[in-house]
Amino acid sequence: MSTMAVPDVAVAAVDEGFWTRSRKVGLVLVALGLLGALLFGALATDQQARFTLSEDAAGTALEINGTFGAILFGAIALAAGAALLAGLPKRWFLPVLAVGLVAFVLSFLCWQVSAAPAGQNFMPLVNIIRGTFILALPLIFGALAGVLCERSGVVNVAIEGQLLMGAFSGALFGSISGNVWVGLVAAAIGGAFISLLLAVFSIRYLVDQTVMGIVLNLLAVGVTGFLYERLMQTNAERYNSAPRFSNWEIPLLKDIPVLGPALFRSNIFLYLGLLLVLVIHIGLFRTRWGLRTRSVGEHPIAADTLGVRVLRLRYRNVLLAGVVAGIGGASYTLALYSFTKNMIGGKGFIALAALIFGRWNPTGALLAALFFGFADQLATYLGAINSVIPSQFLAMLPYLATILAVAGLVGRVRAPAADGKPYVKG
Amino acid sequence: MEPGEIHALLGENGAGKSTLMNVLYGLYQPDEGEILVDGEPLKLRGPSDAISAGIGMVHQHFMLVPVFTVTENIMLGAEKVRGGISGFLDRRRARREVVEVSERYGLRVDPDAVIEDLPVGIQQRVEIVKALTRDVDLLILDEPTAVLTPQETEELLTVMRSLKAAGKSIVFITHKLGEVKAIADRITVIRRGKTVGTASPEASRDELAALMVGRNVRLTVEKATAKPGKAVLEVAGLVVDDDRQIRAVDGIDLTVHAGEVLGVAGVQGNGQTELIEAIMGLRPTLAGSVTLDGERVDGWSTKRVLRAGVGYVPEDRSVDGLVKEFSVAENLVLDIYDRPPFAGGLALKPQAIATSAKERIEQFDVRTSSASMPVGTLSGGNQQKVIVARELSRPLKLLIAAQPTRGVDVGSIEFIHSQVIHERDIGTAVLVVSSELDEVLGLADRVAVMYRGRIIGIVGPDTPREEIGLLMAGITPEAAADRAEARPATDDDVPTSEEEA
Repeated sequence: MSTMAVPDVAVAAVDEGFWTRSRKVGLVLVALGLLGALLFGALATDQQARFTLSEDAAGTALEINGTFGAILFGAIALAAGAALLAGLPKRWFLPVLAVGLVAFVLSFLCWQVSAAPAGQNFMPLVNIIRGTFILALPLIFGALAGVLCERSGVVNVAIEGQLLMGAFSGALFGSISGNVWVGLVAAAIGGAFISLLLAVFSIRYLVDQTVMGIVLNLLAVGVTGFLYERLMQTNAERYNSAPRFSNWEIPLLKDIPVLGPALFRSNIFLYLGLLLVLVIHIGLFRTRWGLRTRSVGEHPIAADTLGVRVLRLRYRNVLLAGVVAGIGGASYTLALYSFTKNMIGGKGFIALAALIFGRWNPTGALLAALFFGFADQLATYLGAINSVIPSQFLAMLPYLATILAVAGLVGRVRAPAADGKPYVKG
Repeated sequence: MEPGEIHALLGENGAGKSTLMNVLYGLYQPDEGEILVDGEPLKLRGPSDAISAGIGMVHQHFMLVPVFTVTENIMLGAEKVRGGISGFLDRRRARREVVEVSERYGLRVDPDAVIEDLPVGIQQRVEIVKALTRDVDLLILDEPTAVLTPQETEELLTVMRSLKAAGKSIVFITHKLGEVKAIADRITVIRRGKTVGTASPEASRDELAALMVGRNVRLTVEKATAKPGKAVLEVAGLVVDDDRQIRAVDGIDLTVHAGEVLGVAGVQGNGQTELIEAIMGLRPTLAGSVTLDGERVDGWSTKRVLRAGVGYVPEDRSVDGLVKEFSVAENLVLDIYDRPPFAGGLALKPQAIATSAKERIEQFDVRTSSASMPVGTLSGGNQQKVIVARELSRPLKLLIAAQPTRGVDVGSIEFIHSQVIHERDIGTAVLVVSSELDEVLGLADRVAVMYRGRIIGIVGPDTPREEIGLLMAGITPEAAADRAEARPATDDDVPTSEEEA
C-alpha cells in the first residue's frame, strides 16, 4: 500500500479557444502593419530617409527611400502579425512580437524622416541612443529601488520622493562642499531618509504602504520646495551650484561604432545604473540574500519558520532602495542641471510603471525604462524636425503603451504575493 | 518524549494543540513555564533556536513558497553558499542533499519541481524532507492528514514508522482517533489548554473521544432511512472555470431529491468549491444547466437563488459566511435584513432583529455572552452554528452545506449534523460537500466522488472506505464503481463511519 503511485496532478490543459493572447497580439500587429504600409507609405515622400551613424548629418548613413521604407517595414510588421495569427509555437512569441514592433517604429520613422523639411532628412542615431539612455536613467534607478522594496514585500510608491530628495541633497551638499563625491553620498543618504520613514511607518507601525508612499512624495516636494525657496535661492552661488561629474571615456568600448560615442563617453551615473541592474539581478537570483528577499516577498511566514529575520530584511532592503533612488536623483543635479522645484516631475511614477511593465525584474525594468526613454527622445526629435504630429500626442504614447502592455501584452503580471502586506507575527 | 517515539497529541479544535507546538517551535513565547530538552531548560527566542535544538515542524498550512522549486524551499534559511562570505548559492550541493535525504528515508520528491505544481501530498513530503535536512531529532506534525486522501494518509503513516525506526521522535497532532490508534506509542489528550489525560493506543475510541470532549459523544450520525421524493436540484453538463481560468468543473451531472442527503466526497481542490459556487450563482457557468424545482437558475444572481429557497453554508465561514465585525444578531439576518419583520421602509428594526436573534441563539445552542457580541469573538463551532441557524430559519427546498464542520469542535459537529438530518427529514433536498470522508459517509444517503472536475462515481454510504479512497485518487473508476454497485445497499445498515482496518 505504501508504494502506491500517486497520479501526477497535471494542470488541466487550458482551453482558451481560438483567440489566444498570441493571436490577439497578432491581430494588433496586423493592424499596425497595415497602418504603416498604407498610411505611412502614402504620406512618406520620395526623399531618402537617412539614419546617420553620427551626431549630425555627416558621415556614413543607412539610407532608404522614404516611401519604399515605410511600405517595406509596414509589410514586415504585417507579416509578423500574420505569423502570430497563424499560431506560432509559444517560444517564438516574444521574438516575433519584438520584430513586428520594431518594424512598425521603423516604418513610422521612414515617413517622418523623409517628410522632414529639406536638409533635415536625417536621424542621428548616436544622439537618439544617448538621449534615450539619459532620459531613461532616473527611471532605471527608480525602478531598481522599486525592485528592492517590492521583492521583499514593501510597496514603494515613494520612488518619486526618494529621487527628489536625492537630487536635492546631492545639489545642496555638493555645492557646500564643492566635492561631487560628498554630493553623491549626501544624495544616497537623502533617498535613504525617505526610505527610513517608509520603513518605520509601514513595517513598524503598519501604516498602509501605498498611502504612506503618497504622503512621503508630498512631503519631499514640500520640504525640498521650501528649502529651495528659502535657502538655495537666497544664495544660489553657494547652495545650488554643485560641481558635476565629468564624462569618463571607457577605453576600447568607446571606439565601438555608434554605441561607443553614444554610451561609453558618459558620466558615472549611466555606468553605475547599468552595473546596478546587473548586480541586483544576480543578487536576486543567485545569492542567499536574494533567495531570502524573494521568500520574504512571497511567503514571509514560511521564511520566518526557517529562521529568516523577516522584518530586519525588509528594513534593510527598503533602506537600500532609498540609497539607489537617491543616487538616481543625483544623476540630475550632479551631472546635468541645477536643482529646481519639483524637478523630478513624475518620473518616479513612470519608474513604478517600468517596474510593473518589467515584471518586478531588474532586467525587465531596464528594458521598460529604455522603452519610455526612447519614446521621450523620439518626441523631442520629432519636435526638432517640425513633424506634423503634435509632440504632446507622442509624449502621451508611452503611457498608452503601458496601459496596453500591463493589460495583456506581457502576459499576466504577477506581483510578489506578499507585496504590500505587513508582517505581524502570530 | 523519548527518542524514537511517536507521541500523539489529541484534542478538539481550539484545544490549544497548535499553540503549544508553536511555542515549542519558538514562534510564540510562553507566558510561564519552561521547556526541558535532555533535562536542560531551553529558551527559544525564535524558530532558528528551535531548529538548532533539533526541533522541526510541519505546519498545518504548509510553509512553502509556491513559486520556488523544491530545492529552493528546502535550502531557504540554511543555504549552501560558495566561498563563504560571497553569499552565492550553491544550488548543486543543495540539490544533492535533497536527493540524498529523500532517498535515505524513502520520500521521493523531484528537487526541481515548482511547489505550486505539486499535489498537497507531495508538498507535505517536501515539508518533511525540509525538516530532515536540518537534522532534527524531534519532528512535530500539525494535523498532517487533514488534506490527504486515505491512501496518502496510509503512506504518511508508513513514513512516520520509518522515521521512528531511524530514531526520530515524532509529535503527531490530530483530532482523528483512527490514525492515533494506528500509530501512536503514547497519547496525550488536551482540552481547553490543559492536559486532561494520557492514554495508551489500546484505549477504545469512545474513551478517547470522551477524554477529548469531556463527556460521551456519539461518533456516528443517527438517522432513519431516507424517503427520497421528487428531484429538487438537477445539474446537467455543468462546466465551470476556477479563478485562474482553468477548468475546474468539467461536465457534471447530478440530481438531489427532496428528503435525501447527497454527499460529495473528494480531495480538496477537485472542483467541489467551484461546483457549489456555480450553483449558488457566485461563479459564471460556461456550459450546462442548473435546475431548481424545474426552473433554470443558472445565470441568476445569488440573491435570487437564495430567495428561491436555497440555504447555503459556505466552506470558509471567515471569508463568505459571516461578517466578523458584525454582531451575532446582525449576522443572523444577513440574508433577509431587507424584508419584514426586520425592515420597514428604509430602516432596520433593531428590536425585531434582537428578539429573533435571542430565539435562535437558544434554539441552535449558540454559546455567546450576548447577541450583540461581534461574531468574530465566538469559537469556530459557535460561529458555524450562527450560519446554520441563519440558513435553516428560512423555509428551504435545498440546503447546500460545504465543509459544514470544518474547524468545529466535536460537540458542535454532533449538533450541526443532527440539524442537517432534521432538515432532510422534513423534506429538504440536501447537498453536503466535505473533504472529511467520515462526515460524508455519516450524513449521506448517496455519495458522489469528485475527481478533477468530474463525478467519478456515485456509491452507497456503506461502500468500504478503501474503495472510496481509490475513487478519490482517481484510480480505476470503473472497477471500483462496479464493485460498489454490485454490493446491495442495505438501508438500515448505517455505517459506523470509522470501521477501517
